[in-house]
Amino acid sequence: MRHRYSCKDIGFVLYYLHFMDYTIKIGGEAGQGIQTIGETLGVVFARAGYHVFTNQDYESRIRGGHNYFQLRLSDRPIHCARCKADIVVALDREGIYRYEKELTDYGQIIYDSQSLKEKRQDAHFLDVPFVSLAVEHGGNKIMANTVATGAVLGMLGMDIDILLGVLKETFKKKGQEVIESNVNAAMAGYDYAVKNCIKCSFVAAQTTRPKMLISGNDAIGFGAVASGLKFYSAYPMTPSTSIMLYVASKAKEYGIVVEQAEDEIAAINMALGASFAGVRAMTGTSGGGFALMVEGLSLAAMTETPVVIALAQRPGPATGLPTKTAQADLLFALFTAHGEFPRVIMAPGTPEECFFLTNKAFDLAEKYQIPAIILTDQYLADSQWTYDGFDLSRLRYTDYRLRGEAFDKLTEYKRHALTESGVSPLAVPGDGTCVVVTDSDEHDEEGHITEDAELTIQMTHKRLHKKIEAIRAEIDPPKFYGTNDPEIVLVGWGSMYGLLREAVDSLAGKCKIAMLHFTEIYPMADINKFDYIKVLNNAKRAICIEQNVTGQLAQLIALEHGFRFKERINKYDGRPFTLEGLIGEINALIG
Amino acid sequence: MPSLDDYKGQTPAWCPGCGNFSILKVFKEAMVELGLAPHQFVVVSGIGQAGKFPHYLRCNTFNGLHGRSLPVATGFRLANNKMPVFVVSGDGDCYGEGGNHLIHGIRRNLNIKYFVHDNQIYGLTKGQGSPTTMEGMVTKNLPYGVLSTQLNPLALAIALNCTFVARGFAGDQEQLKYLIKEAASHQGFALVDILQPCVSFNKVNTYEWYKERVYRLDHTYNCEDRAEAFKKSLEWGDRIPTGILFRCRRPLFEEKIPFIQDTSLVSQPFDPSKVSKTLQEFFV
Repeated sequence: MRHRYSCKDIGFVLYYLHFMDYTIKIGGEAGQGIQTIGETLGVVFARAGYHVFTNQDYESRIRGGHNYFQLRLSDRPIHCARCKADIVVALDREGIYRYEKELTDYGQIIYDSQSLKEKRQDAHFLDVPFVSLAVEHGGNKIMANTVATGAVLGMLGMDIDILLGVLKETFKKKGQEVIESNVNAAMAGYDYAVKNCIKCSFVAAQTTRPKMLISGNDAIGFGAVASGLKFYSAYPMTPSTSIMLYVASKAKEYGIVVEQAEDEIAAINMALGASFAGVRAMTGTSGGGFALMVEGLSLAAMTETPVVIALAQRPGPATGLPTKTAQADLLFALFTAHGEFPRVIMAPGTPEECFFLTNKAFDLAEKYQIPAIILTDQYLADSQWTYDGFDLSRLRYTDYRLRGEAFDKLTEYKRHALTESGVSPLAVPGDGTCVVVTDSDEHDEEGHITEDAELTIQMTHKRLHKKIEAIRAEIDPPKFYGTNDPEIVLVGWGSMYGLLREAVDSLAGKCKIAMLHFTEIYPMADINKFDYIKVLNNAKRAICIEQNVTGQLAQLIALEHGFRFKERINKYDGRPFTLEGLIGEINALIG
Repeated sequence: MPSLDDYKGQTPAWCPGCGNFSILKVFKEAMVELGLAPHQFVVVSGIGQAGKFPHYLRCNTFNGLHGRSLPVATGFRLANNKMPVFVVSGDGDCYGEGGNHLIHGIRRNLNIKYFVHDNQIYGLTKGQGSPTTMEGMVTKNLPYGVLSTQLNPLALAIALNCTFVARGFAGDQEQLKYLIKEAASHQGFALVDILQPCVSFNKVNTYEWYKERVYRLDHTYNCEDRAEAFKKSLEWGDRIPTGILFRCRRPLFEEKIPFIQDTSLVSQPFDPSKVSKTLQEFFV
């Protein structure tokens, strides 16, 4: 097995270090509040107008163990996580041991020696008495995390006012006393850091216009809501659950029925029932749950019932690493389910793409009456990115259903009528006097069971061949970024986008490099729109980079286009690439 | 008012003498008497001889997968709570493959009426044991006979506080029509287990076998007493009670979702104008 590059191997300096680009890592046990500190800092930085990228690593437990929340902030756009930390907030001893070797040259670990019962003298450590400052200034030790949050801002030399504003909003319902205690605790941490962090050399850039901060899964949920979603049924499964939570948070406002099904089989069948009744429906799960949905996926295809499925990947087989990340279900999503039928698979690389491709998935599912799958993974699902906004004019919403008067005036209706496009009118049962009939058996135009050979061929062509080319024509080609005549092309899909993009930026000074990101991954885009295979053929080296063992995108490109990658970088330890780790791997290949 | 002709569907492919014919006949009659035209209700079915039922009728139809009709019906009903939803299933479909859905369907208490054609055998796959096949009965795939205890669906439903639990018999059309109409008018989830002889593969539970044993529950029986109903549901063997075993009122699932009370979900248009306000919420 090839040597895996880790942070301590990285000797080179990234070219853009003169920009503000800091990484803050908060480590501690589950239940200690690392997420609260991380999320609060994320809000403060976004409000201050910085570009923020956050990601999380957690274990499959509610208390104990060791988790981290990592934030990267910059005054220029950023798209992935780095492996070196400038500030570490260690809430447990493990946080010190794990991350002291990941510190930058000027990095600092802040910790509370009294709580951790461990004292470090080295210049990289700043002992901040989180607990005693919390008791002294906030009146309660539970404000230790607020002290720590204030201390981080003090170290960065940032204005504390935004944090104080966030605290006032967060604790508004708990009353003035709680607000004041938290404000005092934050101030105490801030002042302590300003006074005592003599080694701190951080310079905060000027703040600008506030940015929006959004995670991958929230963006999928929001994308669904913005596409007219009316029904969401799912069984909880990490890392997909937060999509259901987002949709549920909008259920009352938008009039969306959210139902927790007894299992994933029920989840997809409920979605199909709701869709057949005439509303836009969706379900979400991870690999194991998707395995249970497979039969329903085939049912969606046969009955030509639109449905959108979010598949948030984690490492398998079986239960695998329940809270970690992987890209190992691409070929599963593509080839699973009995029979032959069209499907669409979207593989967004950023929260913005999560939003717009969920919208496109709904549009294509409804227009062509097919299942559409959104492939994400734990890394993207739980990452937050900042934006100046989303261009909502790009949203598509067309109601393709035959409903109301348009259906009622018909005296004859065939649910599966054979048409030139392969798409039959999709009527809403009850809106007209004609009945709507569909069947999981092969059926005739009316929807009744048939075993007729000729009709079977006609229906197969209708469902598959007639639709697939029309769908392909709507698929955007892979995203190209970098120099126009690259010698090295990095290839990836889904959550690899940000890493590949920053790797291209980092290596651009050294070689002629570009990337291809397969975003709307299946059906593969028509090469007449943009000949991405030519880009691969013309490059001296094409490297396919994926978070799986077998190189699933590489296999798919070989299958569809006959192009075979000679070089691949694959990571399959459940942890995402870091920028430096990936660059180390690329350098090892290209020399 | 609809007439029987309105419900004329495809020609049934069932075996001559199948108990399903009389269920189909009385179901159509019940719909006429209830004044439900074919486009005004939906029948969701699964796989098995019973799964073909809606094709032999004329009505809105979703003939889905084996065991999965109840989840489809659940999604449908939540999307359109103004339309009556019937599920037609067999003993393998409902009690075997779909057992988990039945448990949770009863818990939800949606206004769904579940008619189970219970012939105590697998008909479509030609004679394997089903969950309601009697213990010890020898079938082609079970040389030592059925080794598991026979499932008692009515006891299960009453234990789960199902709001309407009944047993019909395909050989008693008068009572069966009454049960279908009562179930259709009931507010809540209804399970009607219909004993229905399979003339091809069940040589034990024949018309004669049932006729010797079934008896109608009469007016002396109080179907609102759950403990009594549970006791009654355990009766099987020499005497088999038919009729409404248990009936109660629990709040409907649909009633707990305020925004679908006046207008069903499917009749509520999407309002994209809210989206920009929602986007602002991400400016944290």
